[in-house]
Amino acid sequence: MADRRAFSLARSFGREITTVVVTFLGLLAVTFFIARVMPVDPVLAVVGDRAPADVYERARLELGLDKPLLVQFWIYLQKVFSGDFGKSVLTSNPVLVDIKRVFPATLELATLGTLIGITLGIPLGVLAATRQGRWPDHVARFIGLFGYSVPIFWLGLMGLLLFYAKLGWVSGPGRIGVSYQDFIEPITGVLLIDCALNGDWDAFRNAASHLILPSACLGLFSTAYISRMTRSFMIQELQQQYITTARVKGMSEARVIWRHGLRNAMVPLLTVIALSYANLLEGSVLTETVFAWPGLGRYITNSLLSADMNAVLGGTIVVGAIFVGINLLTDLMGRLLDPRAR
Amino acid sequence: MLMNRRLALAAGALLCATTALVSVTPSFAQTPRDTVVMAKQIDDIISLDPAEVFEFSGSEVTGNIYDRLVNYDVNDPSKIVGQLAESWTASADGMTYTFKLRPNVKFHSGNAVTSADVVYSFQRAVTLNKSPGFIITQFGINKDNVLETVKAVDPLTVTITVNKPYATSFFLNCMTSDVAAIVDSKIVQANVKDNDFGNEWMKRNSAGSGAYILRGWRANEQYALEANPSWIGGAPKTRRVIVRHVPELASQRLLLEKGDVDYARNLLKDQLTPVSQNKDLAVSQGDKGYILYLGLNTKNPNLAKPEVREALKWLTDYEAIERNITQGTYATHQSFLPKGFLGAITDKPYKYDVAKAKALLEKAGLKDGFSVTMDVRNASPFTDIAQALQAQWAAAGIKLELLPGEGRATLTKYRARTHDIFIGQWGPDYLDPHTNAETFAINESNADDARSKTLAWRNAWDIPEMTKKTLANVLERDTEKRKAVYEELQREHQKTSPFVIISQQIEVVASRKNVTGFRIGPSSSGNYYWNIVKG
Repeated sequence: MADRRAFSLARSFGREITTVVVTFLGLLAVTFFIARVMPVDPVLAVVGDRAPADVYERARLELGLDKPLLVQFWIYLQKVFSGDFGKSVLTSNPVLVDIKRVFPATLELATLGTLIGITLGIPLGVLAATRQGRWPDHVARFIGLFGYSVPIFWLGLMGLLLFYAKLGWVSGPGRIGVSYQDFIEPITGVLLIDCALNGDWDAFRNAASHLILPSACLGLFSTAYISRMTRSFMIQELQQQYITTARVKGMSEARVIWRHGLRNAMVPLLTVIALSYANLLEGSVLTETVFAWPGLGRYITNSLLSADMNAVLGGTIVVGAIFVGINLLTDLMGRLLDPRAR
Repeated sequence: MLMNRRLALAAGALLCATTALVSVTPSFAQTPRDTVVMAKQIDDIISLDPAEVFEFSGSEVTGNIYDRLVNYDVNDPSKIVGQLAESWTASADGMTYTFKLRPNVKFHSGNAVTSADVVYSFQRAVTLNKSPGFIITQFGINKDNVLETVKAVDPLTVTITVNKPYATSFFLNCMTSDVAAIVDSKIVQANVKDNDFGNEWMKRNSAGSGAYILRGWRANEQYALEANPSWIGGAPKTRRVIVRHVPELASQRLLLEKGDVDYARNLLKDQLTPVSQNKDLAVSQGDKGYILYLGLNTKNPNLAKPEVREALKWLTDYEAIERNITQGTYATHQSFLPKGFLGAITDKPYKYDVAKAKALLEKAGLKDGFSVTMDVRNASPFTDIAQALQAQWAAAGIKLELLPGEGRATLTKYRARTHDIFIGQWGPDYLDPHTNAETFAINESNADDARSKTLAWRNAWDIPEMTKKTLANVLERDTEKRKAVYEELQREHQKTSPFVIISQQIEVVASRKNVTGFRIGPSSSGNYYWNIVKG
């Protein structure tokens, strides 16, 4: 029995791996070719607009742009599989070094944003589902509508204006104050953790006060999304027969809702949360711009606009890896959580 | 299940704790006294090697890190003064320049500045021959002959031999550029990899003798400079300068108002009005060399007609554009040399005159106007100006269709000459009139595969006569005569060229009132930090 189960698990795992590999290859190919048909001359990113003709030509040859497209792609694939993502033209760093620098910034922001989304969104959604048409439902609907429809650009600026400029509760744009910058030894790249590991609590507070506003902005969107989804999943669950059974058995209403209803709603909800987390990890370009946050989203966008293709491709692969990884993880967790899968 | 609840509880507790911590934290409103912090868009920096740097923000950094043999006078940019050179002479035939170096000048490393460093700096600049390399190679100095043309006579004397008797002003003006900066040859040589003249290392490190030392640059994030107390110009008044990349202008303004930065460098009209009314803040400005213009591609049969081009110059409402859009950042200017350059004229022959334009269009056989497209990069103030032009030109029946695109995409199209009209700006490469004359008034071959893609070429403007005249003027050793020819060229250019020159940039710097002394130079490399002082 146990053997068969292990075997089927291994087989489904193998299937997952194949899917991952194919997805990656597709991702590489699509990004590469889109990049090449984009009407932007990548040589311009290297030498600038005013370079003389011979300098321009030399750079073009160095980039290998004189070779046929398929040959260029093949060379690129070989490099990627040997772990060489090339160098970013804009920063003159190896792309991996750049990503190691910008990704933790996004990770920090996205994780806190999602945590806010989960802590507020799930209870809000459950309340809205159990008190349909009453005030908790209206509050949840309002937050949902607000979160969905307000442009984050505006929200970020207004947040800064109120909490930073007027009230002075939080710090302004940037990850940490100038007086702390460069004094925190980077260990993980996630500033809060690094400050804590360095034992510098002043810096920790400063970093936290920079982090709270942008992550709250992302958190609002996350809350809006998660609460709406929780509400609809819960409404579905609460109509199921097992809920009636539980009520008939005389269980307390709280136990019925939180223990039985939410437990079952958690399975699809997990996918929702994972997707929203993955979305935030991709980097929120606008939030990062307003808050001068040196994260992944802005890195990829900047590179794309300057036709810095190595950086774009490297960034895309990382984002792809995140999506695939989180999907795998969600599948796994879903299996653990789903009572039927046990 | 229990696990889940605990996890949720822990997460909630963490969240509450963070919020509590943060809300009791006072925000750090003041920057340290010995440190000046700027908010600026610095995402154009791709290298800080003076032999390679050619971008506005990068050039500002190297301008503060490196000294040159000669530099322009900060009080009068049209004058050249010695920097590392104490004196210089030109030979009678105008082919050889002899520079005497100041004794006892030291690089940041403590190494003495000698003629060997000068030779090495020129050698690496012309051998690497990156984007700005032509500023030196145009004098006939290249990687094969550099050791014969740039020579150390003794430890404090260098001679530079050029291939033609160029105007002395032209040569010396070029020597003020970043690419002619003198680097510490011992330090650079210690960091050479694969014969790269230390280029890889120099992109992110400094080896100069200037007012500041580079203490770190993280692309799209920030750079930090530290004062060089033994600089030949005297110790800078502020010990550290930190420039942070803040892309969003409203964020720049908030940071400045709160005192978290001392300077906001990219504010536009919308932010400048409230800033100038704030009693804690100050706004200062200086002329910059950048020219904002329209390029009319003469490959388009309508734009090929001289009357049509002139009509468009009359159809542009310069005054309204300045008043409504660019006030404080660009001022009306109608000739290809920016104010402050040798020979620059301030004539403004054109103003908004629909009747005149209509008469010209009728003469060209386009009484009812025509349709034309304009490539516009998605950035301020280009989009705003383009929209204004759309309305202004409609008065004479011209239907202007705007094609918005990202900067490099529109530029790619422009360089391929597939545009109708391009709205762009051009900044001088060095502080000599030839830099703009070369691109606006020289087109050596109008063929599609021409070597040199000057702006005149990009707009397919075939001008053999003007090309000859402009080229001859770099050899005019009489400065007064040279100046007179540039004046003539600009006037002719105003009449006939396919360029509608709209305005010249003004650089505006907003600062806290207690911080003074930032010098806005005529080019980015002349934006100096060493005089900044915090009261």
